[in-house]
Amino acid sequence: MKFTLSWLKEHLETDASLSEITEKLTAIGLELEGIENPADAMRPFTVAKIISAQQHPNADKLRLLSVDDGSGNDWQVVCGAPNAAEGLVGVFAPPGTYVPGADFTIKATKIRDVESVGMMCSEKELEISDEHDGIIALPDDAPIGMSYADYAQLDDPVIDVSVTPNKQDCMGVRGIARDLAASGIGTLKPLALATANLLSNTVRVEPVETRNAQDPSTSSGRTDVIVINSDSDSEIFNIPRFGNGPDVRSEDSEGAPAFYATTVKGVKNGPSPTWMQQRLRAIGQNPISALVDITNYVMLDHGRPLHVYDMAKISGNLVARKAKTGEEVLALNGKTYALDDSMTVIADDDGAHDIGGIMGGEKTGAGDDTVDVLIECAYFTPESIAKTGQKLMLTSDARQRFERGVDPAFLADGLDIATALVLEICGGQASEMTKAGAAPTQERSVTYRPDHCSTLGGVDVDSAEQVQILEALGFGVDQTSDIWTITVPTWRRDIVGSADIVEEIIRIKGLDTIAPVALPKSVTVAAATATPVQVLERKLRRTAAASGLNETINWSFISEKEAAHFGGDWVLANPISEDLKVMRTSLLPGLLSATKRNIGRGASSVRLFEIGRRYFKAKDGSSDEKLTLGIVLSGDKTARDWQSGKSSNFNPYDAKSAVQTILSAAGVDVSRLMVMGDAGAHYHPGQSATLRLGPKNILAAFGALHPTAQKAFGIKGDVMAAEIYLDSIPLPKSRATMRSSYAPPSLQSVKRDFAFLLDEMTEAGKIINAIRGADKANITDARIFDRFAGEGVPDGNISLAVEVKLQPRDASFTDEDLVAISDKIIVSAAKLGAELRG
Amino acid sequence: MSDIENIQNDYLAKVEAAADIESLDAIRVDAIGKKGEISLLLKILGKMTPEERNVQGPIINGARTMIADAIAARKEALETAALNERLASEWLDMSLPAPQSHSGSIHPVSQVMDELTEIFADLGFAVAQGPEVEDDWRNFTALNIPETHPARAMHDTFYFPDKDAQEREMLLRTHTSPVQIRTMMEVAKRTEGKGEPIRIIAPGRTYRSDSDATHTPMFHQVEGLVIDKAIHMGHLKWTLETFVRAFFERDDIELRLRPSYFPFTEPSAEVDVGFSVDKGKRIIGGDRQGKEGGENGGWMEILGSGMVNPKVIENCGLDPNEWQGFAFGCGIDRLAMLKYGMDDLRAFFDGDLRWARHYGFDAHDVPTLSGGLSGKGAAA
Repeated sequence: MKFTLSWLKEHLETDASLSEITEKLTAIGLELEGIENPADAMRPFTVAKIISAQQHPNADKLRLLSVDDGSGNDWQVVCGAPNAAEGLVGVFAPPGTYVPGADFTIKATKIRDVESVGMMCSEKELEISDEHDGIIALPDDAPIGMSYADYAQLDDPVIDVSVTPNKQDCMGVRGIARDLAASGIGTLKPLALATANLLSNTVRVEPVETRNAQDPSTSSGRTDVIVINSDSDSEIFNIPRFGNGPDVRSEDSEGAPAFYATTVKGVKNGPSPTWMQQRLRAIGQNPISALVDITNYVMLDHGRPLHVYDMAKISGNLVARKAKTGEEVLALNGKTYALDDSMTVIADDDGAHDIGGIMGGEKTGAGDDTVDVLIECAYFTPESIAKTGQKLMLTSDARQRFERGVDPAFLADGLDIATALVLEICGGQASEMTKAGAAPTQERSVTYRPDHCSTLGGVDVDSAEQVQILEALGFGVDQTSDIWTITVPTWRRDIVGSADIVEEIIRIKGLDTIAPVALPKSVTVAAATATPVQVLERKLRRTAAASGLNETINWSFISEKEAAHFGGDWVLANPISEDLKVMRTSLLPGLLSATKRNIGRGASSVRLFEIGRRYFKAKDGSSDEKLTLGIVLSGDKTARDWQSGKSSNFNPYDAKSAVQTILSAAGVDVSRLMVMGDAGAHYHPGQSATLRLGPKNILAAFGALHPTAQKAFGIKGDVMAAEIYLDSIPLPKSRATMRSSYAPPSLQSVKRDFAFLLDEMTEAGKIINAIRGADKANITDARIFDRFAGEGVPDGNISLAVEVKLQPRDASFTDEDLVAISDKIIVSAAKLGAELRG
Repeated sequence: MSDIENIQNDYLAKVEAAADIESLDAIRVDAIGKKGEISLLLKILGKMTPEERNVQGPIINGARTMIADAIAARKEALETAALNERLASEWLDMSLPAPQSHSGSIHPVSQVMDELTEIFADLGFAVAQGPEVEDDWRNFTALNIPETHPARAMHDTFYFPDKDAQEREMLLRTHTSPVQIRTMMEVAKRTEGKGEPIRIIAPGRTYRSDSDATHTPMFHQVEGLVIDKAIHMGHLKWTLETFVRAFFERDDIELRLRPSYFPFTEPSAEVDVGFSVDKGKRIIGGDRQGKEGGENGGWMEILGSGMVNPKVIENCGLDPNEWQGFAFGCGIDRLAMLKYGMDDLRAFFDGDLRWARHYGFDAHDVPTLSGGLSGKGAAA
């Protein structure tokens, strides 16, 4: 929300400096977004007079001016403007001046061989308007040498504050003034006085004769037309009325419960007065015409949107009603909107013209030739406006205000202010005001205990000061009992309870007055604050990093193309790009994309991991998110070195090793896991596996990436990948810290070697498991120490050498014991087709 | 000089001259072996008269001992020389590189999350979590942001076409605040509406459809929630001051609360932190002055906070007349950037190994309060 300092002072009587005002704005919750003074850019421009104007010797259309800017210099300016004549008083810029409307800095130069020093400016060059046909012509008595910024009264800082959605009252300058006054920055002028000032502004700029000349009916003079009761906040005007108000009505009591309107007949539309144009332009609004500018001005001044209709363009009477489904409106932004029956429109006999409370229609708006105007001042229901705006994806200044909630008690005053301004600026005769329907102005009150300010807000403000603050903000305070009854002003729709009252008091008092108070120390100091899963996640993250992997954080969403390899339950309706559309069901796509980027940057060895969620849909439609650790290894496992002279690549066992390291850290006994297939279609079918705790509980999948997937991600060279499913890892059941007692075996273990001949497709892991299970009482471990195919081994077979560790319990093994154990081992292995080598 | 002495000296000279173990052993056999010269002399001692034996015995035995000792000494010397020679031949160039062990890295966001967990553990805050694919009731409605509320439009929400079993629209959570709702509802359910004190933080991923130099569609937030019977804004201010000072590891940090608006808190405050400028970089804390030209120090917004709106407490099934408290939310990525000096948010999600090595953390740098969160230990 932007406004100028002079605009603010129409409502606020204050001696405070600009910086005091802006600091206070931030302190009371109207955060200062920016401040700039349009005069700053205009400082070098001065009021100057053309002393002489001669024909340029070398160009028909150029003239040679001698310009007096009061500095004593006699500037020679080459000028092409048709109105550049001797005696004209205009605006001069010396060399070195930056010209905002043309975006260049003036230099002394030669034009057609004649020196030109400085420039006489057009309105466009000063960004006053788009007028560029001639240079600015000021009244002859404009003081030569005066800064143009001062002459044009541009020295009016523009203040930009951010208005939070609850502060609907501060969507108008008067509301901001009220807040500042409550905080001790000056006093709020009565509404009537503020309005009187506006009207007198108008008098100053717009000569009364002009208006009287075309509207003889009010020739008795302006001050007799409108009587301002400047002492009162009610009945601020006494506008002379001619005839009945327009026949308007609302058939949509839900969307538009109140529809007020007045007509003004016999107006002359045209440019609005300079003061109004300057203010509108200063805050970034383009002046359009007096009638439109007046409605904009009242909206910005009071947060009260209005709309003006050219009565000549209306057929029949205006009515607020629900749109018919499919009904179309050509809005003022030039776009056509198809409406549905939840939306409110303003229509006449021909059909809908306005999207009520959001945007007016192209067909019925007031233009330069408008003679009779109807001013609409309606109350649109905030929820209805919000829904319509969201559906149409159409935003406007009016929507912003209506959806926050305009003051339902300010319809008549808002309409009167606009009517008075129309009468002053455009002349004409006003009708009576039609008041169709009623806005929700019921008095609302909340109960409040004054100590709530300290028990919730943490600031002890004495009762008298609380009352003072609340009353300054427009609240009524009934202190007859300990529990106060506070009447909420009609413009504060957001105030619904005691906490809101606390906020009002402490924000005006200042949040800097809150003293920090330590939280009471928790009684249960020894309790862990992280869940077992969080502890596990933290541990595994650091295990992965310690084993050489670099942690990445990748987007939770992937492209549909990537999802094709992995699937996806959740597809965004409004993705920010096609690349970020499907919620991932695997961590690999993100890791693979990161791998590709790293290889593209010249990385020779890529070791990445991520801990994050995979997103699935549960049966009840809710989200089922599975915490997962993903790993990708690519490029060199070891770089070329002086010992081997070669680099080495990652192989699927590196992925297995990484998985086992991490699972071990998670407390899983990896020697007991089942190694099974079905790692997934994105893995090499012959070089991948899953590790399972039972047939159905998959803890991890790992292996070489499928060449197709590898190609899809554009990675050259082998890629090893793994995913560990953290949610499948069993968490420790007991919280006890005590461990079972430890008794080291009194006898040393014994090792025996076996060599088996077996089919090369027989999984060695199964042989090892069989051996371990052959005599659990005595066999504590079995490990492969050689695997050999070739000479001495039949084709299609391998020789597997296994070292078995035996642990005697009460007595050393006898030869008979050892033979018996060996026999068990040989029998178990034989069941899998493994034959002891002689 | 007797004959024996001559023999003895002869052998001692030979021992001294022996060049290797083999020749030394030959000398030993010749002198004191079973049939050695000295051994044979010892054998004739028995044939002597006791008087002669008394004279010759010590001389011959003495010679034997001397020769045996000399052989032992020479043997040790030869062995030492041989070892030294072998060691000299076994020289390795120890300047050659050893096989490399690979060290990975922890992402700064994870490190900062661990730091936050540590800080708040000390204040008694548990860590809570919730789903990232949320329903619109928990993400908005329960937080007092009804469907038509302007704040809903300000959230740039990612929606799914799906609805859950309760016909709620599914979306990506726009903030970690739905974890507040989940936590309070869980407490209300477990205590059958009676309620109990709550202190949680909820770090996690959040999403908004926004992407430019300073916004990414996915980012990280941490939520804080305290519910109790007499918690007020003074506690909020203290908690935030304690948190910010602990996190940035300096005491000279000022906080400024500014009134603001969040539908789920009332009163609401945005929180600015004072910063100074040093060598062109913003440093949290200090005297809020610029040091070397350019930008001046001042205030920057780092989080939003407020007292939990009574409607939110009620929506979760707790009695707002009995329970009140505060909540805050803060961007984790931004905290990391401000503390560790990264200037590009997008790099957080790129996976660039060079960035990871530069800004990442060693696996064993677990943040602890005793070691200082960033592991620098106490000031000297």
